[in-house]
Amino acid sequence: MEEKSYRKLQWKIVATTLSFSLIPLFALGISLYYQFSVSYTAKIIEMLGNRVENRRNAIDLFFDERVSQLYTMAYTQSFDQLKDEEYLNKVFTLMQMRSKSYVDLGIIDWEGYYVSYVGPYQLKGLNYKNEEWFQEVMLRGFYISDVFTGFRKFPHFILAVMRREGDRSWILRATIDTEIFDSMVKAAQVGQRGDAFVLNRNGVLETPPRFGGELLERLDYFKVSKFQGTRIEEMTVNGENNIYGMTWLRNKDWLLVIKESPREELMPLLRARFLVIGLGLGGILLLVVGTVFVTRTMIARLIKADREKATLDAGLMQSSKMAALGKLAAGIAHEVNNPLAVIKEKVGWLTDLLSEEDISKNENFQEFDDALRKIDYHVDRAKKVTHRLLGFARRMEPTQERVNVNKVLEETIDFLRNEAHYRNIEIHSDYALNLPETTTDSSQLQQVFLNILNNAIDALDKDGIITIQTVYCARDGEMAINIADTGPGMPNEVLNKIFDPFFTTKEVGKGTGLGLSISYSIVEKLGGRILVASKVGKGTTFTIYLPIMTQEQF
Amino acid sequence: MSQFRVLLVDDEKEFVTTLAERMQIRGLDPEVAFSGEQALKILERSLPDVIVLDLKMPGINGLEVLRKVKKSHPQIQVIILTGHGSDRDEAAARRLGAFDHLQKPVDINDLVRVMELAFRQKSEVVPCDLSPAQPGPHAGGKSQKRE
Repeated sequence: MEEKSYRKLQWKIVATTLSFSLIPLFALGISLYYQFSVSYTAKIIEMLGNRVENRRNAIDLFFDERVSQLYTMAYTQSFDQLKDEEYLNKVFTLMQMRSKSYVDLGIIDWEGYYVSYVGPYQLKGLNYKNEEWFQEVMLRGFYISDVFTGFRKFPHFILAVMRREGDRSWILRATIDTEIFDSMVKAAQVGQRGDAFVLNRNGVLETPPRFGGELLERLDYFKVSKFQGTRIEEMTVNGENNIYGMTWLRNKDWLLVIKESPREELMPLLRARFLVIGLGLGGILLLVVGTVFVTRTMIARLIKADREKATLDAGLMQSSKMAALGKLAAGIAHEVNNPLAVIKEKVGWLTDLLSEEDISKNENFQEFDDALRKIDYHVDRAKKVTHRLLGFARRMEPTQERVNVNKVLEETIDFLRNEAHYRNIEIHSDYALNLPETTTDSSQLQQVFLNILNNAIDALDKDGIITIQTVYCARDGEMAINIADTGPGMPNEVLNKIFDPFFTTKEVGKGTGLGLSISYSIVEKLGGRILVASKVGKGTTFTIYLPIMTQEQF
Repeated sequence: MSQFRVLLVDDEKEFVTTLAERMQIRGLDPEVAFSGEQALKILERSLPDVIVLDLKMPGINGLEVLRKVKKSHPQIQVIILTGHGSDRDEAAARRLGAFDHLQKPVDINDLVRVMELAFRQKSEVVPCDLSPAQPGPHAGGKSQKRE
């Protein structure tokens, strides 16, 4: 398989594994986050509703208490008693003893005149007959005002209670300390961005909000229609998204509003989202790295296994090819040898006849003799060819025999001599004469020599010298065969790969990339080793070490 | 050179007759057989000293003839002369007691020399000895084969 298809396979495995592991991860993360956000939001809304309700109850209670206090006072004291400012002051001091909710206290008669007053302002003698609240309290007997500035030019609101005493009606009026009221409302605000305020039915602020508005300012964005219970709404005001909890007070047509910033309140949710995203990203990263790593290891093993298998296959194919070739060569040699034998005998017969009779006196005798000699010579030449073929065929069968390596080398060179001659390549040989025979497989050895010599010739291309040398190393019990060429040599990165199967520097279709890989495995099988040294521009030397084996060792 | 009787066995008629004629010139009088059957028939009436035998023949092949000859007449020397050179055949022939194994085409003088050697060795063998003739890795024959 090619590099490309391995890469394709790798990405396929990575993609499949990742999609199978990432989809559940995403599903899990998203559903967990969704569940959490739904329940958390519901919780927030519920809590906000509770707070609104609690606050409204507190404020309602506050009003109830003030109103009933004023009622109690109005109905236990008479106009004549309270008319006396000293007496009124005593009562006021008593009222303020437990809680300082009031700013002042006053009595207004049926004509609208302030008849007595206790408080920081000079209001005595003023007439309220034409004020709206006066009409209202006279009509209903009880009144809580909106916040207004009034005569004193300061924002405040009042509680007023009317008492009928015989045929006279008079009014007990108190001003509520807005600071106390404000702080009561403010108690509902939470966090850095939370807010709490009160609006009247026209959308006018009755308590100062923390952000975005002032007392008595009108807020246009509130639809202040009456409703029952509490209402939670999410609104975007001035580009700021907030949750509003709203409820109408029971005693007064005021709307209590508690605002919460989702950014603050939903912080845990955001944190959860970041956690989910962070964990998810971490998980993805881990999965990707792990998958790629595992896949790479797997593919590397696959490549290795494929390579090994390919080498094995190639070796098998090569040997079966050689065996078939051997059979073919033997068949041809046999078929040619028989006619050659006939020709040779016929020529011999003619030669015999020529020498026997008187033909030697014939003027053409010399010609006949020459011709016969030449025929005989060429028959011998043909015989040499067929014998070489037979020798080749014989060596294709795997055997163990006593081998003279010098001889095998010489025979191998014979195969290549013509080719070398055409390319003007000299083959020098320098054999160790004391080289002992060794028991090995001469055909396999010949294949190794043939491969290396062929490579040397291909490397030289034209003109050059191949030097073959055998050395006997008696001490190590082995021999060394050096095959050196004066070719262009190889750089290190090529040198490192030359024994790899399918590695070739020859052009496509010329080399199988198997010659040296097969040679390597053959030499290893024969118990030897093969080394290579090369220098760019100088040439390449292969050295084959073979153990010297006697028959018994096999 | 003492005269000795020779039988040439080969299915290649042209080859074997020419060879016989050339041997006659050299003072031998070989008989000729064109098949294994014919050779065995000839053996029934006259016993040669040396047989030159081709291996690949239709009918009874050379190895079969060799086996029969060596069984009935172990003193007869058999020289294999064949165009086929497989190691297995050569080994089989030598095991069956062939004196030598030559490859076609062969120089007639070499052949005659080997025949004489075979005859001379035959004379040394006691006729009643039933053991097969020594497989002779033979200086002359060997070098010829390896050429």
